[in-house]
Amino acid sequence: MGRKGSFFWVSFSCGIMVLTFILLPLVEMLTAPSGAMLRETLQDRNVIRSIWLSIYTAASAAGISFLVGTPLAYLLARTRFRGKHLIESVIDLPIVIPHPVVGIAILGVAGKNHWLGQYLHEFGIRIMGSTTGIITVLTFVGMPFYINALKAGFEAISPRLENVSRSLGASMWSTFVRVTFPLAWRSVLVGLIMCCARAISEFGAVVVVAYHPMIAPVLIYERYEGYGLQYSQPVAVWLVLVCLSLFLALRLLALPQNKAS
Amino acid sequence: MINIRNLNVHLGEFRLRDISLSIDPGDFFVLMGPTGAGKTVLLEAVAGLVPVLGGNIFIGGRDVTRMPPEERGIGIMYQDYALFPHLTIVRNIKYGLRYHRLEKETAQKRFGRLVDDLGIGHLLKRYPETLSGGELQRVALARALMVEPGIILLDEPLSALDQNFREEIRLLLKKINRSSRITFFMVTHDFSEALTLATKAAIMCEGTIAQTGSIRDLFSKPASTFVASFVGMKNVFSAQFNGNRACVDSLTIEVPQPHHHPTGYIAVRPEDIVISLQPFESSIRNAFSGVICGMIDQGFLYEVHIRVRAVVFKSLVTKGAAIDLALDIGAVVHISFKASAVHVF
Repeated sequence: MGRKGSFFWVSFSCGIMVLTFILLPLVEMLTAPSGAMLRETLQDRNVIRSIWLSIYTAASAAGISFLVGTPLAYLLARTRFRGKHLIESVIDLPIVIPHPVVGIAILGVAGKNHWLGQYLHEFGIRIMGSTTGIITVLTFVGMPFYINALKAGFEAISPRLENVSRSLGASMWSTFVRVTFPLAWRSVLVGLIMCCARAISEFGAVVVVAYHPMIAPVLIYERYEGYGLQYSQPVAVWLVLVCLSLFLALRLLALPQNKAS
Repeated sequence: MINIRNLNVHLGEFRLRDISLSIDPGDFFVLMGPTGAGKTVLLEAVAGLVPVLGGNIFIGGRDVTRMPPEERGIGIMYQDYALFPHLTIVRNIKYGLRYHRLEKETAQKRFGRLVDDLGIGHLLKRYPETLSGGELQRVALARALMVEPGIILLDEPLSALDQNFREEIRLLLKKINRSSRITFFMVTHDFSEALTLATKAAIMCEGTIAQTGSIRDLFSKPASTFVASFVGMKNVFSAQFNGNRACVDSLTIEVPQPHHHPTGYIAVRPEDIVISLQPFESSIRNAFSGVICGMIDQGFLYEVHIRVRAVVFKSLVTKGAAIDLALDIGAVVHISFKASAVHVF
């Protein structure tokens, strides 16, 4: 190898800068609380409850995305029609809308002044200040990530495999279950991870719709506001640790291995 | 077996217009045409995989135009084999079994026979990604034959194989077509492939059928300049006819029979044009002298271009003959061809 030129060194130093920028605050936060404080925080039932609520609501959002987003992702990957770009832009909208605006928008249709809100009220479904509300918001912000990841996964599967399956006598349902889905499951998993990650980090939209019950980011914010940095850090550490280990586990599953399935 | 009537398909940039074809049971039918002519689209329309805009497709007398692909009983084999990558070879081959009511014993017998015939017994536990092109092709064939379809559609099955495998699979296809009652419908852009396999054929051009008939007829009696050049008749000239003579530019060429039109085309295969250094003395031959204006290396052969006044003839010469005759650009040579080698249309 020849001597590395100035281009390489500029790229290299930029890389170091970016990594430092990302890692320094995170490492600082993770190492700031003492072991005793972390242990103490873990005995706080409010902390446990809020972290559990965060995971549970984010997972529900991912589950809902899986159920209704999978067929849509398939449709978008396989068909061409006029207005498809428009539909894709609509699906991406939650990504670009400011978070509190999402909350306000959802409250707008869930309130008693809206026919949908009245309808929901009649069935005893409450959005404002409820777990249902949190799940609604998290699904709203997380779904685009799931659909986009899975759409790319479906697009990578040759339609010829499906054609052959059907020529062998399989219906479209059967083909989807036996060919398309088994080949796309890694994308499904990646999509679920993306959706979950996005949902678990949501704060702005949730805080508008449901301050209580308290998800972990809201609890962290409340502790920071009420007691200062020192009291919010241990909760943050636990949230980050739990999320990281969950995502790591899923990520390992999604890694290409020797012929799993 | 397959009857296509006035079929119209619009799919993206592809347009099939007024396609009518008739294929008999047990035929080995080959659909040819240049890339982009719409061959695969027609194939997929027969299989029910693309929406049909107008016209009808009948299979065994049954109108299947609106029938879903899984009910048509048509196997399909693609150029890239399209084996299911997440299933072992056994499971690939047996994939279609559960949709066909078949006794376990019959199925097992058929499976055993296919595996033996195609010589794929040693591959059964492996996954497709570890197989070679020829092996993949055999497995794809076994998978299609396992459910005994009435028709097998083949989309350029040989083009992704190297030369040795190609010959082998070609023979295999021919054997299966002869020994079973399965109708084969194959798409290719390679005319020589069609010549060895097909009983009947059609040539497609820009979404329409340019000509259909027996493979011999297509080869020796093309009906248009497009078909003529597609089947390798490189010498196609527009001509005025006068009895048994055709005037091409200022040349007079003897033709086998009078043409029913005063104007039309003549076509001569390059391998029918003989090059010599001395004038060829014979009354049945069209003989001219000209100058070599181009030599194209084609591996074992040279395609030699000879200018006779304003007309350029193309002839094929082996490399050995080209050296013996000392052929080179600018050399003066004599060319001749029989009147019976001239095709008139």
